[in-house]
Amino acid sequence: MAKSFSSAIYLDANATEPLRPEAREATMAALEQGGNPSSVHAVGRAARALLEDARKCVARFADRSAECCVFTSGGTEADTLAIHALGHSIGRQVLIGATEHDAVRKAAPEAGIVPVDEQGIVKLDVLRTMLDQVPSALVCIMAANNETGVCAPLEDVAAICREKGALLHIDAVQSAGRLCLSQEAMAGASIALSGHKLGGPKGAGALLLPDDAPLSPLLPGGGQERGRRGGTPALPAIMGMAAALEASQTQDWDKIAQWRDDVQQRAQDVEAEIVAANVTRLPNTLNLILPGVSSQTQLMMLDLEGFCVSSGSACSSGKVSASHVLQAMGFREQAGQALRISLPWNVTEEEVVAFAEAYQRMAKRLKK
Amino acid sequence: MRILVAMSGGVDSSVVAALLKRQGHEVIGATLQLYEQNGPARPGACCAGRDIMDARSVADRMGFPHYVIDAESRFRDSVIESFADSYARGETPVPCVACNQGVKFTDLLGLARELGCEAMATGHYVRRVEGSQGVEMHRPVDQERDQTWFLFATTREQLDYLRFPLGEMPTKEHVRVLAEEFGLDVAAKRDSQDICFVTNGSYAKLVEAMRPEIEGPGDIVDEQGVVLGRHEGVARYTVGQSRRLGDIHTATGERQVVVRIDAAQRKIVVGPRHKLTSEGKPCKIVLRDMNWLIDAPPEGVVCGVQLRARESLRIARVIPREGTRHAEVHLDAPALAAPGQACVLYDGTRVLGGGFILAEGR
Repeated sequence: MAKSFSSAIYLDANATEPLRPEAREATMAALEQGGNPSSVHAVGRAARALLEDARKCVARFADRSAECCVFTSGGTEADTLAIHALGHSIGRQVLIGATEHDAVRKAAPEAGIVPVDEQGIVKLDVLRTMLDQVPSALVCIMAANNETGVCAPLEDVAAICREKGALLHIDAVQSAGRLCLSQEAMAGASIALSGHKLGGPKGAGALLLPDDAPLSPLLPGGGQERGRRGGTPALPAIMGMAAALEASQTQDWDKIAQWRDDVQQRAQDVEAEIVAANVTRLPNTLNLILPGVSSQTQLMMLDLEGFCVSSGSACSSGKVSASHVLQAMGFREQAGQALRISLPWNVTEEEVVAFAEAYQRMAKRLKK
Repeated sequence: MRILVAMSGGVDSSVVAALLKRQGHEVIGATLQLYEQNGPARPGACCAGRDIMDARSVADRMGFPHYVIDAESRFRDSVIESFADSYARGETPVPCVACNQGVKFTDLLGLARELGCEAMATGHYVRRVEGSQGVEMHRPVDQERDQTWFLFATTREQLDYLRFPLGEMPTKEHVRVLAEEFGLDVAAKRDSQDICFVTNGSYAKLVEAMRPEIEGPGDIVDEQGVVLGRHEGVARYTVGQSRRLGDIHTATGERQVVVRIDAAQRKIVVGPRHKLTSEGKPCKIVLRDMNWLIDAPPEGVVCGVQLRARESLRIARVIPREGTRHAEVHLDAPALAAPGQACVLYDGTRVLGGGFILAEGR
């Protein structure tokens, strides 16, 4: 399969996965199909049928009925809708993990923050204490962190939420398609998904709700999505998302995890520090700290050599800031010296080896 | 060669980048994010000001990579805070010199070296000349645009690595024409004015907000301590100025100028201009943090000195002191030198060095 990203070596899958061929095919089919799923005529009905097929497919991710799935424009909207509809709009207090994505943090600026330990794992005893104060809170925890790949102890979090009577919202944007989430952890939770992080096109996401009860929409519009999200659904992107989700189920992530571990070893050889090395991480994600060298310098240097990697969160100007995720884990100046490598579904061994060598060269040159 | 271009988003540095790209160099564009361009009052607003967008669009159009470098905290500490400190001492600082010296020619230049660049280019109007004794800094062809005064603190090592392609431009018009030829959107962009980080138009208000101890009115006194009038805040004055002194010119029957600023006592000391500028004795000024662009001559050097950004040269003998860290400037004629400002030494078009003017008695 041809690479979608010029001649550069693309190791930034957590920013966006390359388009999967299955997703491309489904997207193209929907573009050819045309029609508005809300129309009553034949063309509209045909579009509607495709949309509902996609809905069933996406809902299956959490073993839900299709009615529980609300399509959105992406992960950010899914998280924002969950916090609005299941939290703020019904007067429910919101608690979020300290390393959540900005999609969650900015949607709940007043939220209580559940701290994480130095490995990035949410502190369960603190969560329990916080829920003693606000038992009916909406608790937002990401299944896996976008910067470190650290996987949350979701089953434990879910059990605590059930015990206290809290509602759980899982940001599964990074973990979906890469990690098997247990149905036990997801039971009763709302779940945010993003199409392009699965290898679909950009522009589609989904919120899987605990049930099909009505909710207060962010966009009332024409009452689409059973009144839960107005606006004509982006059918081509949604079809691509469903196809990508399905295709990702057969991905050999063990092989990719092995390559990730190889890079990790080569990085350790040049004295890089591995973030959260001792906990369960996404199979494709590696976060490396090169002491004394700013993330910005590392990114520029590798970019100039043709490697696309990432760091912390860049704002829309492209300015690289210290990572709030690493800061929450207790890193200080090193929070500004980290690099995220996230292997895409179609990475090759040659690419991984080439990167490891480039990283070693860079480290030897810049290390202070 | 691989060359990093410091891009402000203005027409000058944009043309530099485009020119170097057209000459076949491997250009890397870098824009420093120095301060919150949208103002601090709008949390959540994107930090990408118009200038960053402009620089990026030039890079996209010309086809070279462009990066935004976060230098906010370093700029705050090394430029804005020391700017305020300087006013709080009764001086008149030149923040552009501090910025060129630190954020640009130390930090960004260091990054360029790390990235394996052979040189760093900027859009300054300065000529870099490879002389027989090493690299030299000269005034640009377009005297109207001369920025040598602001770049005197560039070390010889930095100068060796730097490139200033606009030093050879006959006029700014030529630069704009080139920008149009390259199809750059910034061709007609207005030149930046004044101090970049003063976004609300009043540097004095910024200083007073940062150093409230010097905010507020105080006395204007003569050199004997006789109160002649009131002033609006010491940060609004600089040595040598005769504006903002109210009616004391008519009250004393003579044009008065500021001769000293006592920030701690919030006093502005004035004296009659006529006496200070034409009857005075030869005058000595002491400079700190000297940067010599020639081997410092132990016996001193007779040269032209420029005490303000826009001012004609005066003749002086300049003698190194304290090793070469300080220098004494012996002027033939009296001059009102404002502490904190630069005194730059010239031989013809060539910059010999310069330092910051020390307050008397320090």
